[in-house]
Amino acid sequence: MGEILVVAEHRQGQLNPATLETIAAAVNLKGGSDRKIAVAVLAENPDDFVGQVGKAGVDEIVKVPVGVASFQSDTYEAAVLALAEARKPSVIMLPHTVDTWGYAPAVAVRGGFGCATDVFEAKYDGDELVAVRAAYAEKLHMEVDFPGKDTVVLTVRTNVFKPSEDDASPSVSDFAAPPAEARTTHMKFIEPEQTGDVDITQAEYMLSIGRGVGEEDNVEEFKELADTLGFTLGCSRPIADNGWLPKSRQVGQSGKTVAKCKVYVALGISGSVQHMAGMKHVPNIIAVNKDAEASIFTIARYGIVGDMFEIAEELREQM
Amino acid sequence: MKILVPVKQIGVVDEDFELRGDGKDVDPDFLNFEANEWDDYSYEAALQIMEAADGVEVVPVTVGPDDAEDVLRRCLAKGGERGIRVWDDALEDASPAAIVQVLAKVVEKEQPDMVFTGTLSSDRSYAQTGVGLAAALGWPHAAVITGIEWKPGDPKATLLRELEGGLVEQLSVNCPVVLTIQLGINTPRYASLRGVKQAKEKPVEDLSLADLGLSGDDLAAAGGSFRVRRMYKPETGQAELIEGTPAEQAARLVEIINELKGAA
Ligand SMILES: Cc1cc2nc3c(=O)[nH]c(=O)nc-3n(C[C@H](O)[C@H](O)[C@H](O)COP(=O)(O)OP(=O)(O)OC[C@H]3O[C@@H](n4cnc5c(N)ncnc54)[C@H](O)[C@@H]3O)c2cc1C
Repeated sequence: MGEILVVAEHRQGQLNPATLETIAAAVNLKGGSDRKIAVAVLAENPDDFVGQVGKAGVDEIVKVPVGVASFQSDTYEAAVLALAEARKPSVIMLPHTVDTWGYAPAVAVRGGFGCATDVFEAKYDGDELVAVRAAYAEKLHMEVDFPGKDTVVLTVRTNVFKPSEDDASPSVSDFAAPPAEARTTHMKFIEPEQTGDVDITQAEYMLSIGRGVGEEDNVEEFKELADTLGFTLGCSRPIADNGWLPKSRQVGQSGKTVAKCKVYVALGISGSVQHMAGMKHVPNIIAVNKDAEASIFTIARYGIVGDMFEIAEELREQM
Repeated sequence: MKILVPVKQIGVVDEDFELRGDGKDVDPDFLNFEANEWDDYSYEAALQIMEAADGVEVVPVTVGPDDAEDVLRRCLAKGGERGIRVWDDALEDASPAAIVQVLAKVVEKEQPDMVFTGTLSSDRSYAQTGVGLAAALGWPHAAVITGIEWKPGDPKATLLRELEGGLVEQLSVNCPVVLTIQLGINTPRYASLRGVKQAKEKPVEDLSLADLGLSGDDLAAAGGSFRVRRMYKPETGQAELIEGTPAEQAARLVEIINELKGAA
């Protein structure tokens, strides 16, 4: 029975907490079986992270020194392929992040492995690995398996699996990754601009607009509505990409997480996984969407199936 | 000098839909077919390089059935002189591994200097095609790109790669390269009426698997990325639906907001 190999992720010296979620997904997949779980730490100095990944359920930590301080696709691909060759894992589990988008599919193609991305459930049906992921704007789920594949790469959706609070004392081993020709070179990180605008990560009450707002001229009335309600105005990505609101107002994976938010009103937002990454945790989500099947309703506490303009107009009149 | 841009026709589910008889996909009668949003950005990125230099050709390619030609015409209405469409019934339900093999053959045939794909397609959101293609070709690659500084002849391109939380990485990459292009990298143009008309006359080369030296058996032998067991509607959430006229709904909303604010 091949092991489950988790690959840790880090950036700018910080372990990505999604690594711990991925370990939790591995523990969940292992279930009652005696499958082993190993965590590979690819880093310039793996010892920096070893102490953080020894969570309950982990049997072994594999230190893989690589000559790069930050993610480099060729180096990571070569190291993970060499690990796969040496250890013959059944499953390689990685967090579903921008870094793994940049190399997990390449590992799968080069290794001839099965591969499913953005997986939020993984289980064994007898000996058969089964993974579940979403399709069609989260409106459907698809269950997939991997006939004939001895090794399968799974990237695991973030904010789904809860990291264990308990530490374990796994064994620690060393693995020498083969040298790889790096064909990309990291130059620098550019931090997001701190605009003079509000800091939505501190806002407790938010009203966010999405593509349902239609056109730039319509944005103003929702600004006013947010002011009237005493809410902070936020938005989904297309609104920021179009330049209708500053990027600092964007909620989601590539925008901000509204960490302090208590009430989040989403108007004309479909509920993509990347948007939800920034607001799914809010206890009181109120969604207004004209599509009754929009996935935002799956996480909302209150929902209105209707037109955001009609609702906004009524709100203005009644406030 | 040539940039190949793989583009895709995607299915968007209707408000009410049914599954296909085998339960493995949505019944196509309940899908609206559209161009993938990301491909507007990758195609625009290629056109901008074409317009900034002499002797650059931009070629859109799609793997899809007859009516997928629409997405090629949509591209050609904005620029470019010809497109390529690959199809074979064996590609029905193809997983990313198969699409990657097909596109790798198109790259061998066309010998482009750059390949720009979308970061993902919003029907299945696999986000595997671009980086998988690069691996099949042995090319360098970079994903989720929001900036490209490059002109024909440059051995390296300087890129911006969008990371989580608004952080951006600047990196350089050896060319030829496969890039997966992210939303917001540019402002995609709209086609002019004249462009749309002209696009109808532009040649689209239809290729079969055999034309590319592949067979359905080759694809099957390599195995897919995965096999779909079933699709199903997820359980709906616990949302309490507020019913009534817009006036009633808004009144209830005000009540809820006041309650929540009061309780906080
Ligand atoms: C790497 C990556 C990072 C990303 N990061 C982010 C991010 O940080 N934040 C983010 O938001 N997205 C992000 N995205 C984009 C994301 O995938 C979606 O494209 C985006 O969230 C869609 O925004 P939306 O819901 O406003 O638009 P759509 O998905 O187009 O939804 C619009 C909704 O409005 C509804 N609607 C239309 N008109 C009305 C009306 N009059 N009244 C009521 N409802 C109406 C429609 O029914 C629909 O549900 C990212 C994507 C990638 C690949």
